[in-house]
Amino acid sequence: MRPEVRQRPWVTFGLSMKVVVLGCGRSGAMLAIQLSSQGHQVTLIERNPEALRRLGRSYPCRVVIGNGLEDEVLVKAGIEEADAFIAVTRGDNTNIMAAQIVQKRYKVAKVGVKVADPLRADAYRKMGLYCLNASALIAGMMRDWMVDEPFKTIDLYNTIPPEMEF
Amino acid sequence: MYLILVGGGNVGQQLARRLIAKEHEVLILEKEGSQAQRLSNILGEDYVMHGDGCELHTQKAAGFNRADVVVAVTGEDEDNLVICQLAKFIWAVERVVARVNDPSHEAIFREIGIDDTVSATGIIYSLIDQRLEQDEIVPVGALHRGHVEVVEAVLTGRSPIVGKQVRDIQLPQGTYIVYLLRDQVGQTVDGDTVLKNGDMVVALVPTDRADELRTVMCSGT
Repeated sequence: MRPEVRQRPWVTFGLSMKVVVLGCGRSGAMLAIQLSSQGHQVTLIERNPEALRRLGRSYPCRVVIGNGLEDEVLVKAGIEEADAFIAVTRGDNTNIMAAQIVQKRYKVAKVGVKVADPLRADAYRKMGLYCLNASALIAGMMRDWMVDEPFKTIDLYNTIPPEMEF
Repeated sequence: MYLILVGGGNVGQQLARRLIAKEHEVLILEKEGSQAQRLSNILGEDYVMHGDGCELHTQKAAGFNRADVVVAVTGEDEDNLVICQLAKFIWAVERVVARVNDPSHEAIFREIGIDDTVSATGIIYSLIDQRLEQDEIVPVGALHRGHVEVVEAVLTGRSPIVGKQVRDIQLPQGTYIVYLLRDQVGQTVDGDTVLKNGDMVVALVPTDRADELRTVMCSGT
């Protein structure tokens, strides 16, 4: 077998991270494909085997079928050695709970959470979770594109306007 | 008291019924429209609100900011966790209680900061467990958010502490034998007390030392 670096010459600074991705929806599948092709070691956790079709014909990564809120499943996915955990199921609360399990119990260094509800994303950001909210990103970037403003940094998009606060 | 229950299944409904009977101010939040309608037919429409209790807008409308207690009793642990966390950290609700459906989640709820959890499986199991093991020390209550347990044990002839003075017993650190029931008569315990076969003793023990106490008090197994 050829050495890993040769197989993936585009890994330029030798940084291959072990990543666990929860959820093989559109975001999860795309993330797994991108990370794998950049030479990271990805394990995907998905409850529904049907969803794996999103990965295409050849799986780019390791897959564990199961519920990501169960320790057994997380451990099987290699959470104990993982450098990062990204929760991108379509259930906000599932993502939020899984992220906190992983953060508290397995001390994973980077934990990212997809939260579809902008207010919930904002609340959990304040509580210390790294939450990305797709609605906020799309709204902000569409606005800037429309008025020909240069794009800003992600944190400037990833917030809620004061009018939306409760 | 103002109590908000999130989740209008069997547990939520029965709980609401009891609390209403006690003349508390009660609101039950139910996500499914048809179930919310059914509940308001049964309980009265003042007690029921249709909405997703995980959403901050719904929580605001329900008056989370002035709730004394929020109880999350949906069938999904992840929902119950989020409801309780938002209630506690965003709305500063004094007391939050979560139903935990999967008993293996209880520990993580506590690690995340939700101390009051109720798991039906856990309760039933501990009841069965208590009946099964006679030489056991039985937890009868928890103090200080579960860090200290009140336990009772009936001493049998096999117990290594029978016949000893309390002062001579090597108890785990922080543990006290506080009370004794002998021949149906309760008495306080001091260093001179000699323990007898058949005594029921009550002790306070730090939760993480309960196993040590079991070894000291029971047959040593």
